[in-house]
Amino acid sequence: MERLDLPVTDTAVAGRPTDHQVGRPLGSDGSNQRPLWVRFAPVLLTLPALALLVAIVGEPLYEVFQRSFTQPKAGLSNYDWFFSSSLNVALLRRTFVTAFVVTVVCVALAVPYVFLMTIVSKRARNLMLFLILVPFWTSTIVRNFAWVLLLQHSGLLHQFMAKFGFDVTLIGTTKGVVIAMSQVLFPFMVLPLYATMSKIDVRLIQAAKSLGARPSVAFAKVYLPLIRPGVIAGSVLVFVLALGFYITPAMVGSSKNSLIAGEIWNQINGLLAWGPGSTMAVVLLVLTLVLLAISGLVIRRSSPLQGGSR
Amino acid sequence: MIISRRTKIALEALAVLVGTWLVAPTLVVIPISFTGTSSLAFPIRSWSTQWYHSFFADTAWMEALSLSLRLGLCVALVSTVVGTAAALGLRRFGGTRGRSFVRGLLMTPLIVPGIALAIGVYALFLRMQLTGTFIGFVLAHSVLGVPYVVITVGAALESFNPQLLHASASLGAGPMRSFLRVTLPLIAPGVLAGVLFSFVASFDEVVMALFISGPYTKTLPIVMFESITRDSDPTVAAASTLILGVSVLLITASLVYAARRNRRLA
Repeated sequence: MERLDLPVTDTAVAGRPTDHQVGRPLGSDGSNQRPLWVRFAPVLLTLPALALLVAIVGEPLYEVFQRSFTQPKAGLSNYDWFFSSSLNVALLRRTFVTAFVVTVVCVALAVPYVFLMTIVSKRARNLMLFLILVPFWTSTIVRNFAWVLLLQHSGLLHQFMAKFGFDVTLIGTTKGVVIAMSQVLFPFMVLPLYATMSKIDVRLIQAAKSLGARPSVAFAKVYLPLIRPGVIAGSVLVFVLALGFYITPAMVGSSKNSLIAGEIWNQINGLLAWGPGSTMAVVLLVLTLVLLAISGLVIRRSSPLQGGSR
Repeated sequence: MIISRRTKIALEALAVLVGTWLVAPTLVVIPISFTGTSSLAFPIRSWSTQWYHSFFADTAWMEALSLSLRLGLCVALVSTVVGTAAALGLRRFGGTRGRSFVRGLLMTPLIVPGIALAIGVYALFLRMQLTGTFIGFVLAHSVLGVPYVVITVGAALESFNPQLLHASASLGAGPMRSFLRVTLPLIAPGVLAGVLFSFVASFDEVVMALFISGPYTKTLPIVMFESITRDSDPTVAAASTLILGVSVLLITASLVYAARRNRRLA
């Protein structure tokens, strides 16, 4: 150990080489006298994490990809089946609509909520942030179980609403799934939104009003464009997470309104149909990645705070 | 005044509703766990603590709890060591491009849809005969814990002054000793947060565990999921209440810790 330590100490005393110097050819300065493992330390340190990632994410996803083209026979037959079956198209549409409605509910509730967060006292703001983080930290299963208890026919919410003449069935319906999913995903909308909205100077609205804009106009013309990157980031995150949701539809919904993740589960676990199940997973994965990539580009473009004129 | 008084009152009313919608529904598991009948229905006509007894007396529940706790601890250890190393390496990466690329790669487990990852891991584990094994669970869950550790330790390293390492090196400390005596104590809050996050990531994980569980190795969320979707045994409500209690304790403890630390640093 001692032998290895000494050269590092030497260079440190002589002045630490900068990152650029590390890559220089031999003999350019003292830094290349450091042992090899010290020079490659940054790469070496990330290796265990990357190895784990390749083994438990890379390889498995490759396997899914491969099975979608090879099982039960080689070719595109699984994709033909997926996009030609009206059941699957309906499934895909239901998944999209559910995810979209959940996203709209989250945006509609999160924008006023976060706006209030930016104008109240620090104490109230911390309380509001705490309310967001509590469900974030509570068990997924417990929260979904609670929704089952509330929405079922003998549940509190159902009985409460029936008392006022609203006899709506929520358990096993898409409505019930949307209510529960929006609550589970709400923090994922609020956190990116808060990151954007807390940086915006709310006096800009005042300025717009003093120039004669009505409050609604000031909000639409000044505030909304400023918060757009946060809204897009939060919406895409919620939408993408909702697309792949399994637990809430499985617990609160029914097999009749299952989403794509539920169908993947049925194919693999129920029918042992690896080809079709993997194909659905590939479709879901590609959709997710494409949406995230697009949102990344849009956010970079539409961020008014990142313009050069600031 | 940025907005009118009326608008502010409307916003506050909405915020109260949203807050209730976020927190109150979960509390419904508490009264149900004390029901005297063997159903999950409201209204509750008689009260008892029998479901807590059946939770602690039933070996299936106890084994699931023990598996989840042991698993969570192992995952926290593996993820924290691997993730902290990666965060330290990333910080010294030459070139921002390589750094953001590797960092992005390490975040993929958070982006990939859980179900797609789960069936892939299931396929791999079937081939390697790792389904239902402890080591299989540790591997599968650790990969989900690493991104959280990279984030929390990375954030802690942002405020870490690398000049301190030159100071300790000039005093004769080797890299390992510098890390243990200088870096680690300073980034400890980030590491601790990483431990907590990766433990929770494992303790709470359902989708992957649904596939890789064996008939005799089921984590607590799996036993709960099966109980909820198959029967109406209120034992699961007792289990939920206990988990909820522990989470509230953990949140409170971390808030108190953060507040104290802020006061000390202020």
